[in-house]
This record gives sequence, C-alpha cells and structure tokens, in this order.
Amino acid sequence: MNLHEFQAKELLTRFGIMIPRGRLAASGAEAASVARRLNVREFVVKAQIQAGERAAGGGIRFATSPDEVGTIAADIIGRRLMTNQTGPAGEEVRWVYIEEAVPVVRSFYCAAVVDRSRGQLILVTRDRDDERSAGCGDGTVLPLEIVGSTARGDFDRAASPFGFEPVQRSLFAKRLSQIAEAAVSLDAILVEISPLALTPSGDFVALDAKVTIDDHALFRHPDIAALQDVNEGEDNDSVMLAADRHQINYLKLDGDIGVVVNGAGLALATLDLLHQAGGRAANFMDIRTTATSLDIAYAFGLIATNPQVRSVLVNVHGGGMQRCDTIADGIGIAFRRFGCSVPIVVRLAGNNAEFAATRLKSYGVSVVETADMWQAVNTAVQLATLKAA
Amino acid sequence: MAVLATKETRVICQGLTGRAATYHVGRMVAYGTQVVGGVTPGKGGRRHLDVPVFDTVVEAVAATGATASLVFVPPASAADAMIEAIDAGIELLVCVTERVPVLDMIRVRQRLQGSRTRLVGPNSQGILVPGETQLGVMTTINACKGPVGIASRSASLTSEIVAQTTAAGLGQSATIGVGGDPVHGVSLADCVRLFLEDPATEGIILIGEIGGTDEEEAAALIKELKPEKPIVAIVVGQNAPQQRRMGHAGALAAGQMGSAKAKMEALREAGVVIAPRADLVGVTMRQALAGYR
Repeated sequence: MNLHEFQAKELLTRFGIMIPRGRLAASGAEAASVARRLNVREFVVKAQIQAGERAAGGGIRFATSPDEVGTIAADIIGRRLMTNQTGPAGEEVRWVYIEEAVPVVRSFYCAAVVDRSRGQLILVTRDRDDERSAGCGDGTVLPLEIVGSTARGDFDRAASPFGFEPVQRSLFAKRLSQIAEAAVSLDAILVEISPLALTPSGDFVALDAKVTIDDHALFRHPDIAALQDVNEGEDNDSVMLAADRHQINYLKLDGDIGVVVNGAGLALATLDLLHQAGGRAANFMDIRTTATSLDIAYAFGLIATNPQVRSVLVNVHGGGMQRCDTIADGIGIAFRRFGCSVPIVVRLAGNNAEFAATRLKSYGVSVVETADMWQAVNTAVQLATLKAA
Repeated sequence: MAVLATKETRVICQGLTGRAATYHVGRMVAYGTQVVGGVTPGKGGRRHLDVPVFDTVVEAVAATGATASLVFVPPASAADAMIEAIDAGIELLVCVTERVPVLDMIRVRQRLQGSRTRLVGPNSQGILVPGETQLGVMTTINACKGPVGIASRSASLTSEIVAQTTAAGLGQSATIGVGGDPVHGVSLADCVRLFLEDPATEGIILIGEIGGTDEEEAAALIKELKPEKPIVAIVVGQNAPQQRRMGHAGALAAGQMGSAKAKMEALREAGVVIAPRADLVGVTMRQALAGYR
C-alpha cells in the first residue's frame, strides 16, 4: 500500500523526523487560506498523487504569495497529472499540499528498503548533488538488524563519508536511525526520503517522503489501513480491492479473452500462452487457495459482465488446497446468476477434474471441453476472433 | 537418499489442530509421511489425528525425535512459530502459510543464520518426494517416482509440470516449492545444489516467475558449476503488466529488474534449456535427458 506524501510525512514525524510546516487543501480558495495561515515568504504547492517525478510534470510549483498559491492550486486540482511513473493516462489530482519552502544547503537521498535477494532490511544513503562523482556518489548501503520494533545498524559509519562536522554527522546519523526505526515500526517495505535537506540552520529536514506499507502487515496497523484511498493509486483499484476481499487476485487488462485460473504461476503462464497463440487476456485472475465457490462465482461474474470479453478460458489445475470442483461450482453459480453470452472453453486437470466436469454439466453450463492446455488456449483465441468478426 | 526428506523423516506439524492442517496432515499420513506429533500452544496433552499434541516444539522434539516441522500457523504468528522451531533445532522447516509480513520473514532469516535449520517457504506448497513422503499441501495424484527434480516459485504451476513430466514418462525425484514471497528460505539456487548432489535426480526443472533475483542467482550458480545434469526452465510473466503485483507478493516486474526476459536470458546463457511454452516443459525435459543419456 502506497501512501500520499502528506500521509507519509505525518507518520514520519512520530519518529522525530523534521518536516517543513504544511497543510493539505482541496481547492484553490482553501489553498490560499492555508498559505495565509502559514505566513512564510515562499511556498511550495505539491500535487498529491502516488507517483514520483511530479516536478517534471508540473506537479510541484513554487509561489511567493498566498494568492499565487491559490491560483496554482486551482490550476492543478482536478487535472490529470502525467509523470514518468504514472503511465499515459496520468493520475487525477484531488489535493495539493502547501508547504513552507525551505532553503537547502545540501540534499541527500535516504531510504530504508527491503532487499529481497539478501533477505535484509537495508539503508541506502547518497548525496544527491554528487551523483556522478566517485566515492560517496554511489552512496552507502548499510545492512540493518531488526531488534524488537526497531532496527540496529552502524548509523555513524553510514553518515561518515559525507564530510560533515561532528555535530552534523551525529544529527545525520540520528535521522538515519529514525528512518530505520520508522520502517520497522510501520511495517514498511520502503521509507524513502529524497531530498533530505541540510538547511542553513544546520537541521536535516525531509522535503519529500515516500512510504510503502507491506499489505500483509496492515492487520497490525488499522490506522494506516484506514487511509487506503479506494479511488486511485496503482494498488488501490476498487474492483481489485473488492476481488481481493473474495480471495481473488484480479486485474483488468485490455484484451478480449476472460481468464479463470487458480494460482499465480499458472495464471501468469496462461497470459503468456494466450500471447503466444495470438490472443490477449481481458484480465489476470489468480483464484487463491482460500476462495470458496461463492468467491469464485463473484470473480466469474466480473468476467461474465465485462462487455469487452468475447470468449472465456478456464484453465484450472486442481491442487491440494483448491480443487477443480470448487471452481466448477463457482462458475455454475455465476452462470445461473449472470448467464454468459460468450463461449466458455474449459480445461480442467489435477485434483477432482472429472468430478468438476460433471458439476459444470449439472449446472447446465455449456462449455467447450479440452484436456490439453495449448489446445484450450487456441480454441479460446479462435472463438474470440470469430465473435469479433 | 532423497532430497531433503525420506520416508523415515519424522515430522511434526505446528498448528496441527486447525481445520486446514487437520485435512492436509491427514492426507500426508495417508501418503505415508511419518507424522509423529503436533504443536498447538494450550492444547498440549491431547491427541489429534492419533498423534500426541504438545504445547511447544521443544517438548514435541524431545518426546518424538522429530527432525522436520510443517508450519500451518496463521500469518500473524507464523514467524514466531518458525523462530520457535529454529530455536528447538528442527533441521527441516516447511512453512505453507500465505501472507506472512515481509519484516517478520526478515526476523526469521536473521534467526536462521548460524542455525542448523533449512527453511522451505513460506507461501510454499512444500516438499514432495514421490513414493516416500509428502510435507505440504500439494496434490499427489499425478506424481510418480522418477528422475526429475523440480524447484518452483509457484504451487499451481508445479502441479501442472508434475503432471507433464509424468505424462512424458519421466516422474519426479522430488518437488520443492521455494514459495511466492519476496523473502523466503531456500532459493532456486539452493535447490539446484541439492538436486545436483542427489544421485536419484538426473535432470532438473526450474519454474520461475517475474520479480526478485532467484532465477539470476540460480543462473550464476549453474554457470559456475557447469553441471552434468540437464536443466530445463520456464519463467512465466512475460506478458504481465509492469509494476503490478501479480498474485504472489513476490511477483512484480519493474523496468528491466525482475523481468521474465532478463531471467530467461541469464538462464539460457548459463546453459539452461528454456521450455518454449508452459505446456511443453515435460516434453522439453524428456528431450534434454535423451540428449544426455
């Protein structure tokens, strides 16, 4: 789960990390009044979308008066902002965050992140102004040890290559330890502060923050789970979230063949096979082992009611936990509930495959049955092409 | 000696008295696995599935001589269960639990360092040694004893490819699910090492997917060892959209990092045969083995 900048920053203050004074606004007028109350000489107006590189897309702008803040905010809010990370459709800006512009002496990239190949939490630190030079341009990578709800590491050593005075170095090391502690306490797979700015007064202030919380740990953080922003963000698609509550991993794609598959690996393989056969999937579906027949009925309903779909491919290999007949029952229930106007190609293998075929018949679902996976894929592609013609 | 477990391996199940564990451990017993006890805190002293239940792993190990444990504990306490088993000196730990928090897995990895425990999983279907023992939740109907070792990041695709290798007249020496999570126990490279040392394994199949560096690490190892045994691989997710988590927490491609194409390239360069399609893995293995014999 990705957090907005303003949410991330507020969480980070719990750990002692300094942020510029700022507030959220949802309209130009509100932005101007927020700016008036901030009462500073220079402001930053920042679009709140969950994608990086906002500055290049015009999502971060500076202003010198509350009125100017209002004008900029009114211009940004409601627009779709496109950056290198949003894709061509961009993301709709619903809020702007108004902040005091902070003078910067030096700026750093600091991130606590899960290094999956090493199975460790690591802290990456780099001088942002020194990217191409040798030495600390590459930054330091500090492995962390998780102890209770905090992280241990040699933060002083991580702070040493940047040529700070002792006082500054220990303050910088303290910030690093706060970032590490935040990652562990929040169950974050990423806490990224970039830039972490050294100000003329000698403080280190987080000018931007990106926090990604481990979805599987949200049960420990109901306060953060409540921030889930249903309408946007790549992990926050509402159809996807609803399917998730039904134990189904579902993602809408732009093809015309609806796919019903159990298991993530087989689902990915099915997308690849469809592509190799010249077809395109209308969705990704991974029926988890915990899904019941009613959950599967819900998921099949998503496909049966998708006008884009011209044929359905059911590719199921019944395992120990998710048997073929449970999936057949789900399809049968959905078929009776929604009907299905497009041909359904079914390939069932593994646990209870024969029984599942009988179940489908008893629900009255007419299907094209094939035992071979490649043949099933090709049949689904052909039927979709016929329907399109 | 088979890979990781034999029919003599004495197994306990942590979380035995739960509903799903009861069902799957019952199937394991029917398959011939030596299930000698269970652990459920607070239920020590009872019997379940006709084996004794203990409060702690230490007690279970002392009373039964178990060397392996299957963790069937919900995500919130799965890491604690794994750490308890590591501290009790369990040699083979298999965790089937899905959705264990990542930082909990990092804690488990810290505890594994310097221990005698080998962890398989989490989010793994487990280990199957056909005709000998089953430690996990996989279906066994299409499995048969044979020369192919299978290591996989996906349970569903393992079932599929077990069926393919059986249909190709080969059969399996063992199947190991490394699990679909970003931070896990044994890696695909570890499995390659195990299968190369195993005399019963004549060929190896690696089932990979987008995300992480497991396949690249296996490729590096294979390149270094230049093994005598043929290795076939499939990496799925070539047509998955970028930056999206595809079912498994660990299946995520971002840019060139973790892409199926890069993984296949690395494996091919190491001398691994890439199966041309997901339905042709068994046949590809048969051809590769024929070439070596």
